[in-house]
Amino acid sequence: MTESKEKEVEKESRIKRRKKFTNLSDIEIKEIYTENDIENFNYAQDLGSPGHYPFTRGAYPTMYRGQLWTMRQFSGFGSAEQTNNRYKFLLNHGQTGLSVAFSLHTIYGIEADNERALGEIGKEGVSIDTLKDMEILFDGIDLSKISTSMTINAPASILLAMYIVVGEKQGHTPDQLRGTIQNDILKEYIAQKSWIFPPEPSMRLIVDTIEYCTKYVPQWYTISISGYHIREAGSTAVQELAFTLADGFGYVEAAMERDLNVDDFAPRLSFFFNSHNNFFEEICKYRAARRIWAKRLKNKYGAKKPESMRLRFHTQTAGVSLTAQEPENNIVRVTLQALAAVLGGTQSLHTNSFDEALCLPTENAVKIALRTQQVIAHESGVTDTVDPLAGSYYVEWLTNKMEEEAEKYFERIEELGGVIPAIKANFFQKEIANASYKYQKEIENQERTIVAVNQFQLREPCTTPLLKIDEEVAKQQIERLNKIKAERNNDKVKETLEKLKGAAKGTENLIPYIMDAVREYASVGEIIDALKEVFGTYHEDSVF
Amino acid sequence: MSKERKIKVLVCKPGLDGHDRGAKVLARTLRDAGMEVIYTGIHQTPEDIVNTVIQEDPDAVMLSILSGSHNALCPVIMDKLKEHNIDDVLVAVGGIIPDEDKPLLEKHGLKGFYGPGTELKTIVEFVKNNLKR
Amino acid sequence: MDYSDLIEKLLEGNTRAAARLITLAENNIDVAEKIINSIYKNTGNAYILGITGAPGTGKSTFISTLIKIFIGQGKKIGIICVDPTSPLTGGALLGDRIRMKEYFSLENVFIRSMANRGQLGGLARATDDAIKILDAYGCDIIIVETVGVGQSDVDIFKSAHTVVVLLVPGLGDDIQAIKAGIMEITDIFVVNKMDLDSADRKVAEIMQMLELNETFKYDSEEIPLDFAKIKDWTPEIIKVNSRTGENFDLLLEKISKHKEFLEKTGIISNYLKNRIKTETLQILKHKLTKKIEELLNSNEVIEKYINEVMEKSLDPYSMANLIIKMLENKF
Repeated sequence: MTESKEKEVEKESRIKRRKKFTNLSDIEIKEIYTENDIENFNYAQDLGSPGHYPFTRGAYPTMYRGQLWTMRQFSGFGSAEQTNNRYKFLLNHGQTGLSVAFSLHTIYGIEADNERALGEIGKEGVSIDTLKDMEILFDGIDLSKISTSMTINAPASILLAMYIVVGEKQGHTPDQLRGTIQNDILKEYIAQKSWIFPPEPSMRLIVDTIEYCTKYVPQWYTISISGYHIREAGSTAVQELAFTLADGFGYVEAAMERDLNVDDFAPRLSFFFNSHNNFFEEICKYRAARRIWAKRLKNKYGAKKPESMRLRFHTQTAGVSLTAQEPENNIVRVTLQALAAVLGGTQSLHTNSFDEALCLPTENAVKIALRTQQVIAHESGVTDTVDPLAGSYYVEWLTNKMEEEAEKYFERIEELGGVIPAIKANFFQKEIANASYKYQKEIENQERTIVAVNQFQLREPCTTPLLKIDEEVAKQQIERLNKIKAERNNDKVKETLEKLKGAAKGTENLIPYIMDAVREYASVGEIIDALKEVFGTYHEDSVF
Repeated sequence: MSKERKIKVLVCKPGLDGHDRGAKVLARTLRDAGMEVIYTGIHQTPEDIVNTVIQEDPDAVMLSILSGSHNALCPVIMDKLKEHNIDDVLVAVGGIIPDEDKPLLEKHGLKGFYGPGTELKTIVEFVKNNLKR
Repeated sequence: MDYSDLIEKLLEGNTRAAARLITLAENNIDVAEKIINSIYKNTGNAYILGITGAPGTGKSTFISTLIKIFIGQGKKIGIICVDPTSPLTGGALLGDRIRMKEYFSLENVFIRSMANRGQLGGLARATDDAIKILDAYGCDIIIVETVGVGQSDVDIFKSAHTVVVLLVPGLGDDIQAIKAGIMEITDIFVVNKMDLDSADRKVAEIMQMLELNETFKYDSEEIPLDFAKIKDWTPEIIKVNSRTGENFDLLLEKISKHKEFLEKTGIISNYLKNRIKTETLQILKHKLTKKIEELLNSNEVIEKYINEVMEKSLDPYSMANLIIKMLENKF
C-alpha cells in the first residue's frame, strides 16, 4: 500500500458520527485518553484508599463488600392509611429503609381545607396535617428498627418533631431514632421552589434542628443537601455538583456562626444526588463531590474527624429523563443510571418506576424498580470490589475536570457574596434556566438522541395501567382534620403557638416549642402560620 | 391579519407544584417562535390566572401542571373564564395528563395536551394553528 | 368594524373592554386611530408617572410598593410595563408582571405588559394609546415602566407628567448612562436599596452630576422646546427602600411637589402643547412612512428611478427628492 493510500484508509476509518462529542455538562470528550491527560496524577493525594481522605474512591474502606447500599424507594401517596400499607408491602419485599413523600399542601404548610390545596391532597405524597396522621402513617412499624428519610424542607422541623413524638408514643427515646430529613431550603430557592419563609429565618430553623439533633437525636441526619432537584430543574451535572456543594458550605458556615463545633455536626450532614443518562459523567460527579467536600472541610473549616470530611449520599435516578413514549424503555434507562450511582459509591438509592412520566408509580412498576437494584447488587458482580473504575485515564481525567469546573462556580458564588446573596441575585436560577433551554434545543435539533422520542419513534397508544388518587382522599383528610380540631384541647394549642411565636422573636432554639405544639395536635399549617407572623414570607423574582 | 399582529401567550403554573423547568423552556421557545409571552410564575390560583387573562388579553393560555391536580384545577379555571364570557382564548395543558383524563378536560373546553417528551415545535405549531381569534 | 360597544363598556369601567381595546390598538394603528378618536374627550384625568432605570435597579419592586400605597389611598391604578422585542425573532418575554404577583387579583389594579415591537425610545408604539385607554377606563394614576435599557429610554418624558429614574448603590455605569441621555428628562432621582452601604455615595454622585449640568440649564439661550418642561425645576434626589417602604412618604411628597410645580408655573399647559405636538409628529411619521412604503412597493416610476440609480445615472438623494415632489403633488 502506498503511503497516501494508507492515510486515506486511516481517514476513512475515522469518520465520526458527530462533529463534536460532549457530555451533558457540555464538556468536550476526546477520542482517547492516555496517561498524558492525568499528568500530575498522585494516587495518595488525588484518590487515597477507600474510606480515607480525600475519599475519592469511596466513603468506606470495604464499600459494598461490607454492606450494600440502602434500597430506599421514595413513596407516599393518598392518605396516611394507604401509604402505611405501601410501606408494609415494601418492607416485606426486602426494602431496608422508608422514604416518605409528602403531599404538596404539607410541604407548603397549608391545611387540607385551604382553597390553595385544591386538587393537591395526596397527589404527590402522603397528606399530613397533624400528629394523628403521622401516628397512622407509622402504625405497626417499629421506629427503632428502621431508618426513615423524610423529604420535607420548609416545615422539616415540624415533621421531625412529629416523628420524635410518634417514637415516644411507641416507647422509644429520640436517641434510638435513625433517619434523615431533607431540610435543605437553599435548593428550594434555587430550584424546587417550595419555600415559605425568607432565607434568613429559614437558615435559623435549620441550624436549630442541627443543634437540637446533635444533642438529642444523634443518629439523625439533619440535612440532606440536595442536588437532585437542581438537576431536575434542568441544570447540568457540573452545576448540580457545584451548587449542591456550595449549599453545603452555606450550612456549615451558618452552623459555625452559632459556635457549633464542625466535628459535632458535619458527620450528620448527608447529600442527595441525581443520576442522569451520561454514565461516566455521573460516576465522576460523585467521585469529585467526595474529594471536594473532604478538602474543603479539612482545609477551610478545620474539621479534624475523618467522619466530618466523609461525604455520604443518597441517589435517585433522574425523573426528568423518563419518557412518556414507550415507557418500558425507562426500565433500561433507570438500570444504567442506577449502575452509575453504584459505581460512584452511593450509600442509598431510589430507582424510579418506569411509569412515572405518566402517573404515580403503580405497584408492579415499583417492584421492577426495586428488582433493578437487587439485580445490580446480587447478580452483576460490580459490588465485588471497591471503585472498580479508578485508574482509568478517562475516569480520572473527567473526575479532575468536574472538580475544576465546580471550583470555577465556587469562585463566582464567592464573588457574589456567598450562596444567599447569589440566590437573591438570581444567579443559580439564571444558570439553570439557560442550561435547560440549551439541552431541550439540542434534543429538538437532533444533536442529542433520546430513543423513541426524537429518533426511532413508533407511535403507539400507551397501555400502561395507571394509578390514580381518589378524590375521596381529600374529603377524608379534611374530615379528619376537622375532627381532630374538635377533639383536641384548643386552649392548649393556642397557648403553645403563642409561646412558639414569642420564642421565634428571640434567638432561642425553636424545636422544643414546636414539639410542644405538635403534642397538642396543632397542624403543620397552624404552626407555619404562627411562624409566618414573625418571619414573613419569601417572594421570588422569577427570571429566565 | 395585520402585519403588526403578534400572538400573545400566557404560560401559567397553577397549584402548588414548583416544577417550572418545562414552563420556562416553553416560554422561551414560544418567544423564539416570534410570540409575545408572559410567564406568570408558580403557585397561581385559578383567580390569579383568570384576572391575568382579563388584563393581558392573550390569544392562548398554556397551563403547566405536574402534580396530578389537573382534574381539580383545570375545570375551575375554565368555569371562571366562562363566568367572564371569555370564550376566544385557546387553553392547553402540559404535564402528566393520563389519556383517560382527557375527555373530562376536553368537555371543559381545554384543547391540546402535552406530556413529557413532547417536541416543542409541535406545541408551537399547535398554538399557531388553533387560535380562536 | 365597529368598536362602539367596547368603547361604551370601557367608559363604564369594564376591565375586559379596556384590555381588548389595548390589544386592538397594539395590533393595528388604523384601529388605534379610531379608538383614540372616540375616547379622546374622556382622557386627561389620570396622573402619569414614568419609571425608568437600568436592569437590576429594582423597578418592579419599587412599583409594587407604590401600588400598595396608592391602593391604600383608594386610588384606581393602571400599570404598563414595556419589555423589549427580540430583533431576531420578533418575540418577547414579558417578565415584569410576575414581580407584581401580589396585585394580580386586586380590583383596582390593572397590569398590562407590552412588547416594544422594535420601537426605540423605551416605549411601544401603542403605549400612548394604552395610557389613554386606561385614562378613559378611569385610572387615577397610570404608572409606565419603560424597557429599562438606560440612556435611550427618553420617550417616557413625552408621555409622563413626572419621570422617576431609579438607581442603586454600587452599579457603576448608571451615572454615565444618565449623563448620556436621560438626565435632562428626569424629575426625581430615586436611589433604591438605601440599606446598602454606598447609598450616600450614589446620592453625592448624582448631586455632582447635576451641579456640572447647571451650565446647560441656565446659561443656554436656546433651550429646545421639548425641554421647557424641566426649566426651573431642580430635580429632586431621594433614597428609598422598596422592600420596607422606607422613605416612600417623602417620595410621594416630592411627586406632589412636582405636580404642583407643573400646575402653578403653567408649565403643564406648555407641556401638554409639546406633548400634543410630539404625539402628532409621531403619528405623522407612522402614517407617512406607511404611505411612502406603499408608494415604493407599487409604483412603476419608482421602479424606473431605482434602475437609474443602479446604472448610476441618478443618486439616492436625487431620487428621494424626486419622490418628495411626487408626494407633494399627491397631497
